[in-house]
Amino acid sequence: MNAEQLLSGFKPTPVDLMGVNDRIIRIKSRSIKTHAKNQGLSMVLSMIDLTTLEGADTPNKVRQLCYKAMHPQDQLKGVPSVAAVCVYPTLVKTAKDALKGSDVKVAAVSTYFPSGQSTLENKLLETQFAIDEGADEIDMVISRREFLQGNYEYVLYEILEVKSLCSANNVRLKVILETGEIGSLDEVRKASDIALLAHPDFIKTSTGKIGQAANMQVTLVMLQAIWDHYQKTGVQVGMKPAGGISDAKTALHYLVMVKEVLGQEWLSNKWFRFGASRLANDVLMQMAKQESGIYQAPQYFSKD
Amino acid sequence: MTRLKIHKTYKIFIGGKFPRTESGRYYPINNAKGEPVANMCQSSKKDFKNAVVAARKAQGGWVGMTAYNRSQILYRLAEMLETRSASFIEELNVLGLSKKAAEKEVNASIDRLVYYAGWCDKYTALFSSVNPTATSHFNFSVHEPTGIVAAIAPEKSSLLGLVSVIAPVIAGGNSVIALASETKATSSISFAEVVQNSDVPAGVISILTGSASELMPHMASHMDVNSLVDARGEMKAAELNITNNVKRYLNWANKVSNQDPYLILDCQEVKTTWHPVQTNAASGAGY
Repeated sequence: MNAEQLLSGFKPTPVDLMGVNDRIIRIKSRSIKTHAKNQGLSMVLSMIDLTTLEGADTPNKVRQLCYKAMHPQDQLKGVPSVAAVCVYPTLVKTAKDALKGSDVKVAAVSTYFPSGQSTLENKLLETQFAIDEGADEIDMVISRREFLQGNYEYVLYEILEVKSLCSANNVRLKVILETGEIGSLDEVRKASDIALLAHPDFIKTSTGKIGQAANMQVTLVMLQAIWDHYQKTGVQVGMKPAGGISDAKTALHYLVMVKEVLGQEWLSNKWFRFGASRLANDVLMQMAKQESGIYQAPQYFSKD
Repeated sequence: MTRLKIHKTYKIFIGGKFPRTESGRYYPINNAKGEPVANMCQSSKKDFKNAVVAARKAQGGWVGMTAYNRSQILYRLAEMLETRSASFIEELNVLGLSKKAAEKEVNASIDRLVYYAGWCDKYTALFSSVNPTATSHFNFSVHEPTGIVAAIAPEKSSLLGLVSVIAPVIAGGNSVIALASETKATSSISFAEVVQNSDVPAGVISILTGSASELMPHMASHMDVNSLVDARGEMKAAELNITNNVKRYLNWANKVSNQDPYLILDCQEVKTTWHPVQTNAASGAGY
């Protein structure tokens, strides 16, 4: 089906802000202790997309990040590797080579990340380039320019085009909504619903490039959209909050939220990811604290 | 019907805010007759950990300030305490100090803050050195703060004792997490209100209440604490699992009753650096 057919009869679902806030307060008050905490920390680490998306990225910086992705902290026992390394398309090859032999994936941001201000033709070329370089996953941005004008059909059309390119190459697709630029929770829900029509592998909150990144409200709304979509179509879609999640405690709250909204099937790095760079070290610090009983200091952990 | 008096539950002071202890534990403070007059937070290791996080956040800004600016801030603390001296005298009086003795303690606390305020921009000039060398180099030794200092304040004197521990530590550009007197902590937390209303950046001073024997092992083992000051002689260094990171374990039990610039130096480390001498002839230019 094309975008027009998919969108016929589309009705926006309103979001109950008070309900969202109330549910988050309850989720945050869950107590996670010792054994569950250890398990949770390890799970969080295995779900991280270790990210570097700077103009100043160099091949060596990416290699260093890849090493960290495979060996987060060798001194600690039983530490999993992270899920993926997330880089710009030009650095995919470097990352792919550096990660050879490990099961850490390479994700490439694409479609003129972070603004998405280009033609569809260019976006597809860039995506094709990233795939040719060896990317396992593509993180695309939706066109906020068109979304904010109400041109939802075009937004969906773009996602469908990128999706079919990814499917043809057996590459997983994450769709970034950049929730900080699209407005209220109602709009977030609308954007989620539109993106979900294309059956991407993940929907993702943010680029991490603007002030307002992932928060629990936005994530809850998107998780709920995923659940409703799953109920309707039976298609499982993953979730990736990105940016702004820098401490282990918050990350554990997110896991609680995923478990309560979507259930156990989503609790693996196949269906849930954290887009983060600082989070990994905080998780490692907490893991070291759990093992030794001694509170840690950041200077004993590698910078990434 | 007789009125039932309400006993205030004092909170703790972490990162410029007054949270309750996360542990939810409290203990009563009694006056000289043994009657309860207030409730205090029994801080846990997690409260201490939160204070360390706040201190680390604040440390960069505090050490980056000019010494002159730090001096002004300490003086501001003294000013704020002076304006509230009446309520401090009252509070100490409730716990059994005579009016006269209470007034003496408050005045001495104010004077002590002024004393260390004066030292802020002078101790480096006085105690740093240019060392003799055998080559054509300058060799300097200068003092730098160790970083985050965990401190056990004296038990008997809840205001003057606390001030005497905090002031030399922060005068030297450190951040401090002080454990107040256990049995007389009321005026220690009131002092935290003075701190909050002065210009001290949030996190530079945190004040906890509770048991030293419970908290000290965690102060000693925390990897992000750089010095440990014990003004009570509460536990021997050997009993504590002091991590490598805690560079100094300082017993101030017999030291804090006096004001002393060497207390500032206790929480400093000496950095020595070489610099080649550039002679007039070599540079080809006169001074």
